[in-house]
This record gives sequence, C-alpha cells and structure tokens, in this order.
Amino acid sequence: MCTGCALLCDDIEVETEGDKVTVVHAACRKGVARMKGCSEPLECTVDAEGADMDTAIAKAASILRDAKNPLIFGHGNSSSEAQKISIGLARKTGAYIDDTSSFCQGPIVEAILQERLRTCTLDDVRHKADVIVFWGADPSNSHPRHLSRYSYFPRGKERQRGWEEDRKAITIDIRKSETAIICKDERFYQLPAGGDAEFMAALTNALSGKVPKTSFDLDSKRILGLSNIMKKAKFGAIFVGLGLVYSLEELDPLFALMDKLNEFSDFHLIPMVGQYNMRGFNHNLFAETGYINRLKFDGDSKELAHGPENSVVEVLRNKNIDAALIIGSDPLSSLPLSIARHLADIPLITIDPCNNLTTSRSAVTIPCALGGVESGGTAIRMDGVEVELKKIFDSDRLSDQEILKRITEAI
Amino acid sequence: MASVMEIYQLLPKTNCKECGKSTCMAFAVDLLARKVTVDDCPPLVNEAKYKSGYEKLSSMITPVDGVTDTGLIVHDEKCIGCGNCVVACPVNVANDPLGAGSGKAPTSDKVIFKVEDGVVKARNVQECRRFGENRILCVACIDTCPTKAIEFV
Repeated sequence: MCTGCALLCDDIEVETEGDKVTVVHAACRKGVARMKGCSEPLECTVDAEGADMDTAIAKAASILRDAKNPLIFGHGNSSSEAQKISIGLARKTGAYIDDTSSFCQGPIVEAILQERLRTCTLDDVRHKADVIVFWGADPSNSHPRHLSRYSYFPRGKERQRGWEEDRKAITIDIRKSETAIICKDERFYQLPAGGDAEFMAALTNALSGKVPKTSFDLDSKRILGLSNIMKKAKFGAIFVGLGLVYSLEELDPLFALMDKLNEFSDFHLIPMVGQYNMRGFNHNLFAETGYINRLKFDGDSKELAHGPENSVVEVLRNKNIDAALIIGSDPLSSLPLSIARHLADIPLITIDPCNNLTTSRSAVTIPCALGGVESGGTAIRMDGVEVELKKIFDSDRLSDQEILKRITEAI
Repeated sequence: MASVMEIYQLLPKTNCKECGKSTCMAFAVDLLARKVTVDDCPPLVNEAKYKSGYEKLSSMITPVDGVTDTGLIVHDEKCIGCGNCVVACPVNVANDPLGAGSGKAPTSDKVIFKVEDGVVKARNVQECRRFGENRILCVACIDTCPTKAIEFV
C-alpha cells in the first residue's frame, strides 16, 4: 500500500535489501519518494540536543501538562489508530485540535459526512463513470495515478471500450493544466480566478433550459454543450480540487448544481484529498464529536467548542495557544509566515519521520516510523473507503500511534 | 517534436553532398530518424555563418540514448510515473486486460510499458503496433502523456 497521497494505491510491489526499499514497481514518482524514505531522517532531540526516547516523551508530556491552551495539529500522515489516540489526548489536555483539512478539503468532506452531497467510491468511477469532471484540480500533478487507475483510462465493468469511446473527461480550471492538456481543448473550460460560483450558476441555468450568461463572456453555446453532456451522463463524477474550494465563499452554488444534475442524471462528488489519511481524521473526529475539525476541548467540563475561531490559522493569528504538538505535518512551511510566526515563539513538539522546517524550530522532536512502510494501521482513502496499511519491514522506530500512547500515559 | 521541414530550414540547403547524402533534405530525414547526428554535416560544424543553425539543431535533436528498435524513446527526466501510457496502450490492454487494462499494476510479462521506480520502462517493443509488417501510426502513449515524456523517432 502506497501512502504517497490519498489514492492509497494497493498494487505496489517493492524489492528490499535489509531495511531499505531498493526498487518500487508500479508507484508514481511521489509514491517512490515516500516509500524510499527521507533523505534526512529526524533525530530524537530535546532542546536541540540528542536525547533518548524516554526523556523526549517525558519532556513532551510536561510541556503539554503545563500548557493552558495547547494545540494538536497535523494528522494527515498518521494512521486512524494514531488519530484516535490523538483525539483522546486533546480531550485529556483540553487542547485545540485541528488538521490540514481546515484550510483544505474540510468543507466538502463535512458536506459529504452530513449527507448534503452524494458521493461514490473510486471503484464505482472506474466501473461505471462516463462523464468525469476535474474542477479546480490537476491530478496529473497532485495524484499522478488518478487518471490511469480510476478516473479516465482504465477499463471497467460497464466501460469496456476505453477512454476514447466510453468516457468524457472535462477540466474546469483557471489555467491550462497538464490534466487539461490530456482532456483536449474542446473539453477544457478556462475561468478567471474566482469565477467558479458564477460559472456554476450559469451551468445550473443551462441545465434548467435558460440561457447561461457569465460576466467573463464564456461562450454560452459551450456552456450549453457542457450541460448537455452532463444531462446525458449515465454515471457522472465531479472531482473537486482545492482550486474550487478556495474559490467558493460558500457551498450553496455547488449544492444547487448537484441537486439540478441529479434531477437529470446520476452525479457524484469526490474531494481530491491530498495527504493520505486526512479524510480519516475527519471521519474519526466526526464519529466521536460530530465535527470534522476546528475543535477546542475543555479539560474538566467535557464541553466542546467548535467554529472557525478554533481553526489552526485563527488560533495562531490570535496567539491563543501556548504550546503545540505537530504530528506528521510542516505548518511552518505550509502556512503563511505572518500566521505561522507565533509557532516559533511557543514550545513545539513534533512527531515526524523526516526533518523539515518545523522540526528545526522544535523544543522536542520525536522520530516515528514511516506509515505504510515501517508501521501499519488503517487509513481512509479520498473516497471514504477504509483500507488496511501493511507494514513492509520492521523498524526500531516507534509508530506515531505508540508515541502518542506513551505521551498520553505520561500525562 | 521537430518536423523534417523545421530541420531542413536550419541546414545549409546547398546540397553539397559532403555528408554522403544526395540532398540536404535527405540528410534532414535521416537526422529526424536519428540515423545521423548534427555533427555529420561538415559545413554546419565548420562554417561560422551556420553557427546559429548548428546550435538550434543540437538542442532540437535530443540525444538518442535508450532508443528502442521501434524508435520509442522515454525521457526519464520528464516522466512522472503516472502510468497513463501503461493503461492506455492497446497492446498492454490486449495482453493484460485485468492488470494494466484495468488500471492496476501489470501482471503479465508481455506488456510494453511498466512503471519502475517512478519512471516508465519500455520492453517487448516488438509487440508495439508501430512495428512490423502491419504497422499503424498508433499514438495512444504519446497522447495520454501529461509531460510529453514519450517520443517516437
């Protein structure tokens, strides 16, 4: 099982020599880089000096115990088991808990979990889908095997004749991405930045038989053509990328479009989740609390506070936190500097297999085993299917699940 | 990929026959097929007035390392290992319908394309539809490549 992205490809074979992966078959470049391990593995340190695991765990526990408002963040690259322990730890310490979905695919996953949007599995797409829409997504770069494994090229039970005759792939994006090049010019709709909601409304109008108009003068015949293709679809799938999530201020136009599409046809939506188990965290937290992210636990009263003010971005901007535990993530690189700056002022604990910018500013760094290579567990694929991760070989490094369990016990 | 006319325009067009070919056009055709190299044209290499043409041709005609019998080249540095060609290639589908043809890793030894270490490797090229007696101009692997890493010469 490859943990390079949320496609979680399960047809990978590897050749090993001792405890090193030497050759990887069938995985893309992203997957190969992940499975071959990091060029700079993380050392176990306390205050930038080498330490043993017990000291580091004791120090991490004392930082979390002393903090009034700690933040627990990351989780996208952890197994579901580790995430559940992390949620328990947040409950115990009265922490803010959040993951990358709060500035990523969160709203879409939430709408799917609340059954506002219809979804299907990637295997359904392979076997049945005849109209596939990539909206604000460029899987050729983000999920290299997406088109070849599930969405466009493979033969499926009801799609035996291949992509040229049986499938139509449409790209809607602000730039001509590599996916758009494969889908050809006549199936590529270029929008101006921020024009997605308007285009969605125009497409909904076209589906209702009205003349679609946009302020950016996209040919209304082309929009009508697209609506006709979608109307005639036997099984449609829309893959929502970050380009669309960032462009929509609210999801109502998307709900309206999906409802309209399902009057004529059978349309489903799948979020293009990046990190391999980000959707898993949303599912696990939703199962326990009814929310997918952005939570603040109150240690004693067992009360929950949920809302945008508890997101990782807002608590950092407002400097609400006094310590942070980062699991398998690099917020100092991925968040804007003006927001991430507060992380450099507070004690940080990072659990990660590799060195990154955040680990270099951390008071405690704890190396963990590489998920899917040195440790197993379960994870949830981008379409919500739970899959088992198999360990390839044993490692002397502990899994993140084990480390979180020991920190919880120490507290 | 360069066309034969583009190459011809950059040659001296004097038909001097120093390269052993009867015309510059014949040399251009062979250059495109990688049968000769840019350096095989003496005037182009030696005369200063053809210098810019020589430089353009040298960058246009990429090295032929790893070219297979059917003229298939995979540019390793461009390939991202997405496997689109593996799944789209009609020969792969015919020889391995439940593996490569269904989007999974190839399960047969008869496939032409196989991804190894994140880069596609060509093998069994004699099976390629562009090869042999009944060859046709198949472009399934070129058309589906997002990075244009596959080329036929």
